Amino acid sequence: MTMTSNAGSDLAAVEMVSVTVDGVIIEVPKGTLAIRAAELLGVEIPRFCDHPLLDPVAACRACLIEVEGIPKPQPACAQVVSDGMQIRTQMSSPVAREAQEGVLEFLLLNHPLDCPVCDKGGECPLQNQAMSVGRPESRFDGEKRVFDKPINVSAEILLDRERCVSCARCTRFADQIAGDPMLELLERGAKQQVGTAADQPFDSYFSGNTVQICPVGALTSAAYRFRARPFDLVSVPTTCEHCASGCSLRTDYRRGTVTRRLAWDDPEVNEEWNCDKGRFAFPYLQEGRITSPMIREDGELRPASWPEALDAAARGLAAAGSSTGVLVGGRSTVEDAYAYARFARVALGSDNIDFRVRESSSEEAAFLMSVVAGTSVTTTYESLEQAPIVMTVALEPEDESPIVFLRLRKAARSGRTRIVNVGAVATKGLAKVRGELLAALPGGEARVLQELPADLKSALHQPGAVILVGERIAAVVGGPSAVAALAAETGASLAWVPRRAGERGALDAGALAGLLPGGRQLLDPTARTEVAAAWGIDPDGLPADIGLAGEQLLMAAREGRLAALITGGVELADYPDHELAEAAIVGAGFVVALENHHSAITERADVVFPVAVVTEKSGTFLDWEGRPRPFVQVFRDSLAQSDAMVLGMIATTMERRLGVHDVAGIRRELGVLGPWGGQRSLSPADAAQSAPVTSTPVDGALLRLVAWRALIDSGVMQEGEPFLAATARPVVAAMSARTAASLGHPAAVLVAGPKGSVELPVQVGEVIDGAVIMPLNSPGCSIYRDLGARIGDAVTVRAAESREGGRS
Amino acid sequence: MAISEAVREEMRQLAALYPQSRSALLPMLHLVQSEEGDVTIDGINACADVLGITSAEVTAVSTFYTMYKRQKVGQHHIGVCINTLCGLLGGDAVYAALAERLGTTHDSPSEDSNFWLERIECQAACTHAPVMTVDWEFMDDMTPASAVDVIDRLARGEVVQSTRGPAIRDFAATGRTLAFPNDGLADEGVSVDEKMLAGLRIAKERGMSAPPIPASAAADTTEG
Amino acid sequence: MTLTPVITEHWDSPDLYTLEGYRKFGGYGALVSALKQDPDSIIQVVKDSGLRGRGGAGFPTGMKWGFVPQNDGKPHYLVVNADESEPGACKDIPIMMANPHALVEGVIIASYAIRASHAFIYIRGEVPNAVRKVANAVEQARAAGFVGNNILGTDFSLDIVVHAGAGAYICGEETALLDSLEGYRGQPRLKPPFPAVAGLYASPTVINNVETIANIPYIIERGAAWLRQFGTEKSPGFKVFAVSGHVNRPGIFEAPLGITMRELLDYAGGMRDGRKLKFWIPGGSSVPMLVEEHLDLPLTYEDMAGAGTMLGTGTPMVFDETVSVVKAVTRWLEFYKHESCGKCTPCREGTYWITGMLERFEHGHGHEADVEKIAHVCTQIAGRSFCALGDAAATPYPAALKYFRDEFLAATHTSADEQFDPIASYLFAGATR
Repeated sequence: MTMTSNAGSDLAAVEMVSVTVDGVIIEVPKGTLAIRAAELLGVEIPRFCDHPLLDPVAACRACLIEVEGIPKPQPACAQVVSDGMQIRTQMSSPVAREAQEGVLEFLLLNHPLDCPVCDKGGECPLQNQAMSVGRPESRFDGEKRVFDKPINVSAEILLDRERCVSCARCTRFADQIAGDPMLELLERGAKQQVGTAADQPFDSYFSGNTVQICPVGALTSAAYRFRARPFDLVSVPTTCEHCASGCSLRTDYRRGTVTRRLAWDDPEVNEEWNCDKGRFAFPYLQEGRITSPMIREDGELRPASWPEALDAAARGLAAAGSSTGVLVGGRSTVEDAYAYARFARVALGSDNIDFRVRESSSEEAAFLMSVVAGTSVTTTYESLEQAPIVMTVALEPEDESPIVFLRLRKAARSGRTRIVNVGAVATKGLAKVRGELLAALPGGEARVLQELPADLKSALHQPGAVILVGERIAAVVGGPSAVAALAAETGASLAWVPRRAGERGALDAGALAGLLPGGRQLLDPTARTEVAAAWGIDPDGLPADIGLAGEQLLMAAREGRLAALITGGVELADYPDHELAEAAIVGAGFVVALENHHSAITERADVVFPVAVVTEKSGTFLDWEGRPRPFVQVFRDSLAQSDAMVLGMIATTMERRLGVHDVAGIRRELGVLGPWGGQRSLSPADAAQSAPVTSTPVDGALLRLVAWRALIDSGVMQEGEPFLAATARPVVAAMSARTAASLGHPAAVLVAGPKGSVELPVQVGEVIDGAVIMPLNSPGCSIYRDLGARIGDAVTVRAAESREGGRS
Repeated sequence: MAISEAVREEMRQLAALYPQSRSALLPMLHLVQSEEGDVTIDGINACADVLGITSAEVTAVSTFYTMYKRQKVGQHHIGVCINTLCGLLGGDAVYAALAERLGTTHDSPSEDSNFWLERIECQAACTHAPVMTVDWEFMDDMTPASAVDVIDRLARGEVVQSTRGPAIRDFAATGRTLAFPNDGLADEGVSVDEKMLAGLRIAKERGMSAPPIPASAAADTTEG
Repeated sequence: MTLTPVITEHWDSPDLYTLEGYRKFGGYGALVSALKQDPDSIIQVVKDSGLRGRGGAGFPTGMKWGFVPQNDGKPHYLVVNADESEPGACKDIPIMMANPHALVEGVIIASYAIRASHAFIYIRGEVPNAVRKVANAVEQARAAGFVGNNILGTDFSLDIVVHAGAGAYICGEETALLDSLEGYRGQPRLKPPFPAVAGLYASPTVINNVETIANIPYIIERGAAWLRQFGTEKSPGFKVFAVSGHVNRPGIFEAPLGITMRELLDYAGGMRDGRKLKFWIPGGSSVPMLVEEHLDLPLTYEDMAGAGTMLGTGTPMVFDETVSVVKAVTRWLEFYKHESCGKCTPCREGTYWITGMLERFEHGHGHEADVEKIAHVCTQIAGRSFCALGDAAATPYPAALKYFRDEFLAATHTSADEQFDPIASYLFAGATR
């Protein structure tokens, strides 16, 4: 589990060279580019094509400098400095200055003077450059190039070609970083322009980055185009709430409304990128919010005052006491999750708590407690880049943790890292990380891990080897145990990559039955003592037995064995058995919901409290690394209360002391508690309910169902952003050629589960025989709702009658 | 028009000629043009399919090179060199005569869609200026009248002999030659004319030749 | 100076382009001899010969071969640059049509020397007759056992692929050619790494011009000392000169480097109709033009450099007094604008700008201020563009201005065609405007 020390060893021996920039001597690492060396001295050389994360092209020529001994001016963005090199930038060299000014004049030649209506106006490198060193009047008196404008390169991204300076940042990003070379330079010479294939858009989960790195206003997003001027916006650094990648973002707002979100620079995490969901899926923050507390009266919710609602909640919860279940959606901050964890134990005396609003198992819980909860940050993005091998299990990074995907692609491009996915399908995402597929039918992953080919096993023994396991491992009996065992045996670093931003934080905060904050286990006497001391209670005041979690908790509520439920950010449809979840809400006598939007829960809850969204509170997410990703409140005058504050108020009304007054206090308290340093008694193998099983291809029309959530799908936090939704990947049923042949090569299939069926076009690909791959929750295909099936289930698949024979 | 399996197989053959299959893209696009009359979306997608690259990547390439067209070229492609030397030595007049004869302009099809006229750049035949090409085969030393005569004969279906190359076939056939250069026509027509022999004729007339191997060096070089 | 037919010596033999026709004159004898020698000794002979690249830049060929790292475990490649597209250059295409086996034999020997087992001949696509002639020669050589596995019973194996381009002047730039050959847009690559280290498929690659490679069999057969009998110390050897333009007998003339333009003009029958020479360009539109006073300069790399121009491709274009230099230069700039690959700003935008200004001059409404502005814009392109195409585009105007400023000034009010009746410069009679 621990990182070996070898991984970082080459950091120690960085060879330095001495270079003179404008007469100043500076030591820089060997291989440094002149443009970077100058930056270190505070000399900013103009640049348009240069981007530190893209391979240099030296195309725009804006950064020409003088290098002693070389007769022609050289592009600083591609000039590697060598020991003793003498560089003269525009600050000291008339040659460089004149060359740069000449290039600027060329760039402006055909550039329209539409800055007043251009989205980039006010934050445009070309505009800034023109204002600072450009000629007051153009010497060009010819006709400027014109193009039809704008063109959609995708549903989300628009292109005004006449503004383009052919820097190729966007095309290099698409090709090098995202692995989606669908945005290309077309034509030649003065007609050169960015574009796509005639019949295929720029289909990339990362397309919004091209807008951000465009040094002019050529690329704009449909969502932001003509919405605001940069100088009217207030910018706040934030953290993305969508997934566990942990992206640093910048949120820009104007008059109380978020206008856009940008990727912010964090070299250790997201570098300078984010995914389109993180960038564009924010309308939910404002639209359809619950604005006041509500109480159910005569079967109908009605607005209520805070004191009335708090009183109602307190009375109901006090009556239920330890017979209460607490469901914390995987989207809460560490601080909020901690409040739930503490509220359950202290205010209710209950250990019935779970944050896993998804497929889960007790084996998984044991796995998380023993090898994930409260562990320090050891396996990092940097580890992925340095690893000789990364094995992914039950994880499709491009969909489920896109920045992990980008880092894996970077690692693969460097040629250092071999990537192997244990799964049922060789996805395009796997091809983009140049990965290999170790085929496993759903449910069969554990056996595959136990019987790894010798070369792979020895590869995992190498220092720096990493295993990444996704949350879907919970659906595999024996899976969590097999992963933990493999890591223990090989010494590979193991990291759990959940999908949602709040999962790891909730785990570490103790929002899981049997688990106290910092990875402490409820039944461990020392752990109890530590936590009780921090909470100012007697250790005996903590629940004596491990409570209910997962579907046991839901079943207990359905059967009336739980008197009350508290939910925080829970979407019932996210449970594999959402009928069970709905029945649990109905079965529980009393339901308190802390939500920011109406949902299937608020339809039935007895008391509803509106809570703050991420822009209305400060907090922390733990990314998959376990790295804290704190963020501050964007809208400082917001009156919305965080979950923790609402829970505090309920506790106070219940005359219980919860001690969670503000984020700073909670952080302090968590800091004092620290991570658990003691024994971890449970190992997941102990908890495995049965020996690992293999799945065999099922005969005839019964296929094993493989599903995960596409990055852009029917998720509720993506609501209100139609341009983003239009960039979702096609919803298809993927299967192997042999499987398709056994079904008679249908163009479309009808996939049926216990509850119903969906009809989907067939896509033949590199899929293990006997499996069908479908999106878990996309428009027209919701596995849980439409089929009533779970990952790994056998589903009936037959040719759809409406469309027959061959691919349409 | 969809690209047939047979053509896809030919694309795969081209791809197999190179250590990295993508190298075959230019020949494959010549093949597409030969089959389709221009570089079509179907052709682009077929290339992308065969090479495992995106259609955008193929489009980026197909739009870069002048020889790939995006409109049906018709039976014959007519090029007239209008670069400085050919143009000023009469290519401009040849072009004007053809534009009038064909009722078209630069890089466009003729009125009857059978011909495509293009002002082309230097064709590496400056000694034979003004130069015209028919389906990219040389028609050297043109005049406006001789150029129009070539078009008229082609239009009548008569055989027209390239001045340095085989008899004119059609645009599609040339596309195929560029994809698969061994077209069996190397022995057709003449490829060396008096202008190419200008120096040699004088040398022979006047008894000029390259010097022999120097005696001192002869021993060194014959050892092998 | 006497003419010295070597590559062109047997072009009057009708079947020279066939294997049998080529072998009649000892063809492939050099290969037989080369394969008995150590590859390094072949490189040494080429180094000793002083052969310089005939594509235009004149880089020493043997030195280029010597840059290829040996025993590096990577495949090596030979790529022949047969993309002859420089305005005025017309010698590689004739060599390929007339004597393709000299090229093929040279390819085999060069590949052996640099330890390449795969060679590519990248021929511009606009000349199918050169493509088929070379492809035919390669197939004949393959059938004869000169290409393929274990050539002539040795350990040396070689495959040769004849590859047709698709119309892009920039692909004559060697790194753009490599990108094109790899199936990409033909845009030049950042150097370093240089092709000798990381060229085709990121492996060590030698890129040579057709004429350069066609020299190789003769040098191997006859020795370095033989070659050094021709030409000068710095420009040894012979050259396939192609004289075009307003001369009485345009054509191919193979002569030692160092022959003068006056001599070549004489072999080419002198100026047409006894008209006066206006300007001439020694080797393609990318090198500066010269005038009458330069006719007696030896056509060598060093003498041309001394006159502020370059030997380039060694294919002089000759223009007489009927020609408008304004029109000539405008046409060349239109060419560079058309052929600019678009990658770098100075070339892409500079050619766009200059062409627009020049076209006004051609039509007789040039702006007087633009006479100097164009010259200044040229200085903003030259030396600042990504590759030599930009430098080339910045070449014709300043040279023309040097000799013919008055013509540009006149073009502020009088069009090129009014200054010079275009019909007078046509090679045929009877044209009307």
